[in-house]
Amino acid sequence: MISKLMRIVAVASGAMAALMLAGCGERPQVIDYKQGKYQGKPDEPPYAAAPFNGNKDMWERDIRNRTQNQNEYRRIGS
Amino acid sequence: MARMKFLCDAERCIECNGCVTACKQENDVPWGVNRRRVVTINDGVPGERSISVACMHCSDAPCMAVCPVDCFYRSEEGVVLHDKDLCIGCGYCFYACPFGAPQFPQAGAFGVRGKMDKCTFCAGGPEKDNSEAEFKKYGRNRLAEGKLPACAEMCSTKALLGGDGDTIAEIYRQRATTRGKGSEVWGWSTAYGRPEAPKSPAAPAAAPGGKS
Repeated sequence: MISKLMRIVAVASGAMAALMLAGCGERPQVIDYKQGKYQGKPDEPPYAAAPFNGNKDMWERDIRNRTQNQNEYRRIGS
Repeated sequence: MARMKFLCDAERCIECNGCVTACKQENDVPWGVNRRRVVTINDGVPGERSISVACMHCSDAPCMAVCPVDCFYRSEEGVVLHDKDLCIGCGYCFYACPFGAPQFPQAGAFGVRGKMDKCTFCAGGPEKDNSEAEFKKYGRNRLAEGKLPACAEMCSTKALLGGDGDTIAEIYRQRATTRGKGSEVWGWSTAYGRPEAPKSPAAPAAAPGGKS
């Protein structure tokens, strides 16, 4: 009877210890802020993905040509 | 490449709101949020001026300075973007912005402010480029497709210019010097050609007695 009681106490104390230790493994719920620094996810440059596949020069050339489409003096000639 | 900028030519803007419509359509902007809008000064008075306003992607952006959770960042092209996963919808950026660019969707029936939404220069946000998640949170990423913002490209009078700051400044400079200023900007000679305009040598001579 006593040994059975001892076993219950041992199991209960073990479970209690495991429960308390679980608190130590809790992940932080808030972000560790660094004042004045961007805290979000990193972004990739616009030329990283297809169709440019990392070719920055090609992307810049395309954007430059595209920008000139807004210049009607160049589009229709003056 | 310098920094991406918008430039609105108030002499050309006709308040058609094409830029506003293009932005809403392209980015599937929710009801109640206007990333871009047209402001008219002296509406109805002769000499009224309209200008299309959105996030100006400031070089020293006040929204970035006041954000308590530091969710703003500036891309290497000079576009000011933010991470909606971090935004807490506090509205500080709205108070700090001189252009009223940050917008807050009405997330609930009682006017609870949602996460901030603003013009992204059609550059998406911190998600995989051209992914479904990026489109849902930030709208289309036209820069990654080698295109410019829809508002500027859709502008019928090309009042709104968007792109590399140096390039659009050069376009505007050429335009302003060509059209002149004051009374030269408007009128018959501007609309139908000026006397000093060079005539093409291949053009046939006008028939005598023909209509002018």
